[in-house]
Amino acid sequence: MNDTIVGISTALGVGAISIIRVSGSEAINIVNMVFKEKNLNNVDTHTIHYGHIFDGDDVIDEVLVSVMKKPKSYTTEDVVEINCHGGIATTNKILELLIKKGCRLAEPGEFTKRAFLNGRIDLIEADGIMNLIEAKSETARKMAINQLNGNVSLMIKDLRDDLVQVISNIEVNIDYPEYDDIEVITNEKILPILKQVKDKIIKIIKLSEDGKLIKEGIKVCLVGRPNVGKSSLLNTLLGENKAIVTDIAGTTRDIVEGTIQLDGIILNLIDTAGIRDTNNIVEKIGVEKSKEAIYNCDLVILVLNNNEHLTDEDRQLLKIIENKTNIIVINKIDLDKKIESIDSANVVEISTKDNIGIDKLKNKIKELFNLEKIEQSDMNYLTSARSIGLLKKACDIIYNVIDKINDNIELDLLELDIKEAWNILGEIIGATYKEELLDEMFKRFCLGK
Amino acid sequence: MKYEVIVVGGGHAGCEAALACARKNHSTLLITGRIENIATMPCNPSIGGSAKGIVVREIDALGGEMGKNADKSLLQMKMLNSSKGPAVRSLRSQTDKITYPQEMLKTLTNQDNLTILEGIVEDLIVNDNTVCGVILEDTRRITSDVVILTTGTYLKADILIGSERRREGPHGEKPSNHLSDNLKKYGFDILRLKTGTPPRIDKNSIDFSKTKIEYGDNLAYTFSFDNEPLYDVTKQIPCHLIYTNEKTHKIIFDNLDKSSMYGGYIKDAVGPRYCPSIEDKLVKFKDKERHQLFLEPESIYYDDIYIQGFSTSMPRDVQEEMVHSLPGLEKAKILKYAYAIEYDAIYPTQLNQSLETKIINNLFTAGQINGTSGYEEAACQGLIAGINASLKLEGKNPLILKRNEAYIGVLIDDLVTKGTEEPYRLLTSRAEYRLLLRNDNADLRLREYGYNVGLINQEKYNRLIDKKNKINELITYFKETKIKIDGKSDYIYNILKRPEINIDFLNEKYDLNLKYSKEVMEQVEIQIKYEGYIDKTEKEAKKMLKFEEKQIPYDIDYDKISNLATEARQKLNKIRPTSIGMASRISGVNPSDIAILLVYLKRYYNE
Repeated sequence: MNDTIVGISTALGVGAISIIRVSGSEAINIVNMVFKEKNLNNVDTHTIHYGHIFDGDDVIDEVLVSVMKKPKSYTTEDVVEINCHGGIATTNKILELLIKKGCRLAEPGEFTKRAFLNGRIDLIEADGIMNLIEAKSETARKMAINQLNGNVSLMIKDLRDDLVQVISNIEVNIDYPEYDDIEVITNEKILPILKQVKDKIIKIIKLSEDGKLIKEGIKVCLVGRPNVGKSSLLNTLLGENKAIVTDIAGTTRDIVEGTIQLDGIILNLIDTAGIRDTNNIVEKIGVEKSKEAIYNCDLVILVLNNNEHLTDEDRQLLKIIENKTNIIVINKIDLDKKIESIDSANVVEISTKDNIGIDKLKNKIKELFNLEKIEQSDMNYLTSARSIGLLKKACDIIYNVIDKINDNIELDLLELDIKEAWNILGEIIGATYKEELLDEMFKRFCLGK
Repeated sequence: MKYEVIVVGGGHAGCEAALACARKNHSTLLITGRIENIATMPCNPSIGGSAKGIVVREIDALGGEMGKNADKSLLQMKMLNSSKGPAVRSLRSQTDKITYPQEMLKTLTNQDNLTILEGIVEDLIVNDNTVCGVILEDTRRITSDVVILTTGTYLKADILIGSERRREGPHGEKPSNHLSDNLKKYGFDILRLKTGTPPRIDKNSIDFSKTKIEYGDNLAYTFSFDNEPLYDVTKQIPCHLIYTNEKTHKIIFDNLDKSSMYGGYIKDAVGPRYCPSIEDKLVKFKDKERHQLFLEPESIYYDDIYIQGFSTSMPRDVQEEMVHSLPGLEKAKILKYAYAIEYDAIYPTQLNQSLETKIINNLFTAGQINGTSGYEEAACQGLIAGINASLKLEGKNPLILKRNEAYIGVLIDDLVTKGTEEPYRLLTSRAEYRLLLRNDNADLRLREYGYNVGLINQEKYNRLIDKKNKINELITYFKETKIKIDGKSDYIYNILKRPEINIDFLNEKYDLNLKYSKEVMEQVEIQIKYEGYIDKTEKEAKKMLKFEEKQIPYDIDYDKISNLATEARQKLNKIRPTSIGMASRISGVNPSDIAILLVYLKRYYNE
C-alpha cells in the first residue's frame, strides 16, 4: 500500500501541458533525484517550483513542480505534480524516468483509491471526482463539484434517517411488547411515512436521470428519407451554434455527426443518412439500421418534406417513432404544402433554406427534456449508474412493502425489508461495508485519477 | 484436593458453568459466599422476556439447566408478541423466587463430580500466565486446571440507598474486596457498573381494586424441549398494572438531589439504558404524564410484591412517599427498600469468543463480571464458559456459536468485539438474523451441538432426529398433495403460503387426518409460510459468513500496516479479531480500514 506510485493525470497527447502525479512516502525524494534547480526535500508544502527535469546530464523538459506534503493532499500522502510540456514523447520519457528511480506505475484509479482508503473521501465523493474528470459541459462540472461536497450524501442520509426511525420504532415494539408508554407502530401508521420516503426517492431518481442527461448529453437521432433536408437541418443546427464538430465514435454502430450545446446541455446529433440505398434488399437493412439507432437514442427527430405527399416509408417511420420521445419536423415550408396533416403535438414546421422555425425546434427540445428546469434546480443528484441503480432497488423494495402492508403481513417481517432498503441506501454513501462494492468502484477509476 | 474446574460464584452463570463441567465428567468445585443464596433472583421475579426467552430455549437445547428449572417454578407464563411474526415470539414467565433456587440447589447437590464450598475468593494462583487455582479470604489455596469466574455483582459491591453506601451484596452478604484489584494487577482493565431494584411491598397492604389485572396465557408452554408443562393454566398467579401520577412525579423532582444517582453519590458507575430508574425516566422524558408499573408477585411462599419499573436510589423516607402516591398503594407497607448496586466488571473485549480471557490462560469469565445484565444473559455465558473450559481440558476446539445460529452467539460476539460501557442486555434488535433465531426452532439449531459436546444424551438426540424426519415428511406430503380450494386445485404447500390459511384449518376442513405433534406442524407451517423471508435472511447470513471465514492470523502486527487510521489500529490491537467479519463489526474500524487490512492480508499471507 505504501509504495510510491506515478501516473499521467492528463489525457495523453492533446493538451499543451501534461501533468504527471507522484504519490507516496518517497514521492518528494524520487522527484528530487531528477529535478536539478532546488532541493525539494527542503521546500514548504503547497509550493510551486520552476526548473528542469534531467536524465543524467540531459535536460528532458522545462517544468513546474508542485509539492504537497501529507496529509493535506489528494491522497493524504506526499504528492508531487510535475507540469511538463504536452506531447506523448516528453511525458512518457519523464514517466519512465520516475519509474526507473523507484516509482511504480499507478493502476487505473489508484490515486482515488488511496484517497478513499486513507479516509479522505467517501464513495459518493469518489464517484463525483470521476464525473469532474469526465465533465463535458459547464452544468456537468457544477454537478460534479456539488457531489464532491457531499450534498448527495446528505440527501441520502436524510432518507436513511426517516427509515431508521420507522425501524427503531418497530424494534422497540418487539423488545418492549407490554409497554403502552411507547407508541405502537401499526401498518396504518407506517404507510404515510413510507409513501413519503418513496416520493423522495423517486424525486432523486428523476433528478438523477436528468443529471445523467447533463453528464452524457442527449442522444438525438435524425431520421427521414433522402432529400427531405436532414443534412441541411443538421448543418443549420451545428453552424448556428458554432458547434465543436468532432467524429466521436458512438456506443453503437451509429456515428455522432456533431455535438451542440443547448442551455448547457449537450446534444449528440446522430444522422442516419447514408444507410439507405435504392436497392430493395439494402433498403430493408437500412430501415433495420434506422430502427436500431432510434431504439438507442433519447430523442428522434423525423424530418418530412412539406412539398411531398407522405410516402409508405414516411408512414412506416412515423409508426416506428411512436413510442419514442420524438419531434416531427416538416421542412421546406417555403415551398407549397402537399403533405397530409399529422396528428401529433410535437410537429414543428421549418425551412432550413430561409432559416425559419429553428428556434421553435430548439424550444421544443428544451420543453421535452425540461431543460430550463434542470438549469434552475440545485445540482443535487447522483450521476453514476451504480448509485441510480441502487436507488431504484431501494425504491422497488419500498413499493413492495407498501403492497405488503395492504396484505396485512406482520410488521416485524416488513421491517426486514425496510432494513434492506436502509442498507442499500447506506451502500450508496458507503455506510455499509461490502467488498464487492469496493472492487467494482475502483475498477472504474481511470489512470491519473 | 485438586479439582479440574473451580467455578467462583453460585449465581445463574455459576450454576450452568458448574453443571456443564460436572456433567462432562470433570471434577468441579463451586465456591459461593452462601449456599442458601445459590441461584437466587435478586432482581425481578421473572425469567424470559423478549429475546431472553429465546436464550432460555437455546440454553435448554444445548443441555443447560435454566429452562427446566424455570418450568418447575412458574407462577405465570406468557408468549410475548404472539400477534406478530414467529421470529419475535418469546416466552416470559413469572417465577417463584423460593422455588427456583431450591430446585436449582437440588439439581446441583444431586450432580456427580460437583462439590459446593462456602467461601470468598480474593485472589487467583497464576503461574506462567496460566491460572492454577484460587486463594480464599482465609488464605486457603485450592488448585485446579481451569477457573471460571462468575462473580455477578460481588466484586467490590456497594449497596446505595440515597446518600448511604454500604459494602455488601444484594442480600447483605460479604462481597469480594480484593479480587478485582488482583485482576487489575494481572493486567485486566476494570470498569464499574451500576444497576438497581425497586421496592418490595406487602401484598396484604395493596388495594388491588385500583389496579388492572394481567393474566397469563390460556395456552400452556414450556421453556424446555424435554418436559411437558408442569403448571395448571387456570391456576396462574396474575400481575397488576398501575401508573405513576403527577403527585409521584412531584415527589421525585422535589427530592432529586437526595437520590444516589442525582445527588452525586454515584460517581463513575454506568447504569443500563434498558432498565433505567424511575428518576432517570422522569428526567429523560419530562413530557410524559405517567409511567407504567407492574406489580409482580415474588413467590407463593411469602408476601413481597415487586414493583417492576419503579427502581430507585432515593432514601427510605422519599421511597415511602413515592410508593404511597401510587394508586392502590396509598397504605402500602414496604418490606424491602429499593437500592442501587455498584460493582466491578472486566472489559469483555479482553475475552476470546470461547470466554477464556486473553490475559490469563485457562481463566474463563461469565455473567455480570463480563458487563452483562440479566439472569438469562448470565446463564447462557455460564453454560458456554463451562462447555469451553471442559473442551479445553479435553484438548478440543471451543464451541463458538455464530450470529446466525443463536442469540447466545450474538451476545458473546457483541461483548468480545464491541465491548460494553453499560450493563449489556440482549434485545431482538441486536440480532441481524432474528428470523433464523426463533423460539420454535432452538432445538433444531443447537441440539446437535449439545449432543456433540456431550450434554444431550442419546435418547434426547434421537427425539430430535425423529422430529426433523417428521418435519421433512410432512413438507414433502404438502408438496405432493393437491386439494381444491375456491374452486381451484393446488398443492397444499402453495396454499399454506396464503396469510389467512393455516394447517389446523386445512386438517379439519379437508380431513387430512395428519398425525403429527403440535411442534412438528408449527415448524412446517412456519417454514412454508415464511420461506421467502427465511431464504433471504439465510442468503444475508451466508454473505456474513464469507467474511467470518477470512481469518486474521493470530500473530498479525497492526503497527506494520501503515495506512490504518490511528483509532482503528488501537482497537484492532486491543481486540485482536479472529476474522475480517469480526474486525468489521468493531466500532471505530471503518470500511477503509477493512479494505487496507484485506490488501495487507492478501499481500503478506495469501501469496
